[in-house]
Amino acid sequence: MTPENIIGLCLEYGVDIVGLTDHNSGANARAVSGFAEGTGVTVWPGMEVQTREEVHLVVLAGDLEGLDAWQGFIYSHLPDRPNRPEVFGEQTLFDKESRVTGVVDRLLLTSVDLSVNDVRLEARRRGLVIYPAHVDRPVYGYISNLGLPPPAEDFGLIELSTGTTPEEVRGKYPSLEGCIAIVSSDAHRLAELGPARTRLHLYGPTLGEFQAAIAGRDGRKVEVY
Amino acid sequence: MTVSDVIKALGLEVVAGSAGLDREVAGGYCGDLLSDVMARAKPKDLWITIQGHQNIVAVAVLTEVAGVVVSGSVQPEHDTLERADREGVPVLRTPMNSFEVAGKLYAVLA
Repeated sequence: MTPENIIGLCLEYGVDIVGLTDHNSGANARAVSGFAEGTGVTVWPGMEVQTREEVHLVVLAGDLEGLDAWQGFIYSHLPDRPNRPEVFGEQTLFDKESRVTGVVDRLLLTSVDLSVNDVRLEARRRGLVIYPAHVDRPVYGYISNLGLPPPAEDFGLIELSTGTTPEEVRGKYPSLEGCIAIVSSDAHRLAELGPARTRLHLYGPTLGEFQAAIAGRDGRKVEVY
Repeated sequence: MTVSDVIKALGLEVVAGSAGLDREVAGGYCGDLLSDVMARAKPKDLWITIQGHQNIVAVAVLTEVAGVVVSGSVQPEHDTLERADREGVPVLRTPMNSFEVAGKLYAVLA
């Protein structure tokens, strides 16, 4: 995946907003945002954080500076171990022209030494959007690892994989009734990009608008189709 | 054998839920994926885990295990201890890893 082909596919699929959430890193957000400029696609810079419980949480920042600061925080809680590309794969860095500029040397494919609650509270303190990723999946999900769905007051928003529907998940876990759900592709490769089924009714493609939609303010809303 | 007997035999530290120390221990279960523990742990098992999230107490109540051993020097979160005290679920801590705890527990139960 490169900045060019991610944004290219968004244009092809009619995706207006894409969240860029590398595993425990935000190091490619600037390149993808840079490439998207002027294309009509909005990039929300973010990260998929893996907590101590091996639960994946999606964090979205309002701007690149906010994500840089968040990345500093997360890196300070990752084990200081080098990546082994032959085992875990290369952690490639791009510039906005999709040229490879280097690699992240430290191991990203692991957990931070922070709990779900630690990460949630710190993200909230910084005004970032945070929600549990693919809660319906059998691995790295909140429910698979922690047994029960999160209390509605903890997140207010949950992400589902493309393999299920909000109705199905709420039917199984009635405590999620008051929780807004989105369906995202969680794309790790180009072939997985596209089939998300979430429409956001916003007055503009900003993270503040997304937060207002999660809260259901002034006609903004989150719709899964 | 009660939870108290196991604590003495294995040298575990009681960090919450002391109201449940006279519960009977008949077996054990190791697991850190709570969904798996929910499906497979049996009543009167002593559950060994490295999870410190408060949901371990909910899972312990649901499965009716005798108590939870949090291994590897993991410090359970504050909410976990409060909830365990409320529910009377013993939460026991140890620097031993899960393998060592399980081996010792197996030996004292045999």
